[in-house]
Amino acid sequence: MSLLHLVLSVLCALVALRLVYLIVRDRQLDDPTFYALLALEAGLVVQLVVGIVRLSGPHAGVNVAAYVGYLLGALVILPVGFVWAAAEKSRSGTGVLLVAVIVLPVLFLRLHDLWEATRG
Amino acid sequence: MAERTNRRFGRILVFVYGLFALAATARSLVQLATQYHLAPAAYWVSLFSGIVYCVATWALATNRRRVAIAAVAVELAGVLVIGTLSQPDDVDRSTVWSTYGNGYGYVPLVLPFVGLWWLWRTGRLSSSTP
Repeated sequence: MSLLHLVLSVLCALVALRLVYLIVRDRQLDDPTFYALLALEAGLVVQLVVGIVRLSGPHAGVNVAAYVGYLLGALVILPVGFVWAAAEKSRSGTGVLLVAVIVLPVLFLRLHDLWEATRG
Repeated sequence: MAERTNRRFGRILVFVYGLFALAATARSLVQLATQYHLAPAAYWVSLFSGIVYCVATWALATNRRRVAIAAVAVELAGVLVIGTLSQPDDVDRSTVWSTYGNGYGYVPLVLPFVGLWWLWRTGRLSSSTP
């Protein structure tokens, strides 16, 4: 899971930089960035699967409800953000996506902390 | 005619409010469902904060200015009161508003001020533009 989170965090950072560039240049979302967002969402689906597989193993001390909550919550952020941003063809629409990709790594950290409770 | 609260910067603001609506509501439901006996009062406060964020998100997203002002004002009072009353090390009783939202990068403390500023700014244009 740590490797997956590392890869996803790097992808989030790259997409965030790209979005900042688009905002500064006042450009619309382009295809490469859209595909990167799709890849990110696919990675979040993998995260959900890996997380559930992990929970089927030993997980004493983990707050399961919160863990599953973060796994599911992470899935909805990009699609909701994308739909909400789509109706605003301006810098602010791109800004919505920027907020979304900044929030995701925070969720990865929370998931990590929740899982580390097994060792505490 | 005042500027709509869900356009331009408001687009981002509504999204951030939505994230907190999700975070606070989901958190309170998990707390109420799995550890109710630990601190029921704190978890009801937690649920209340979630509802306030939901109302604020909905009102800002649908340009309901009066409801939005009321919800954001309650949110500001909530984070100040709960932030002052809460104990930093009392993790089991924590809500989104505890210790002024330090578990959420203090965004819960800043958000109501930004919300009120945006409502004031979008409303003010009504008098300046004929």
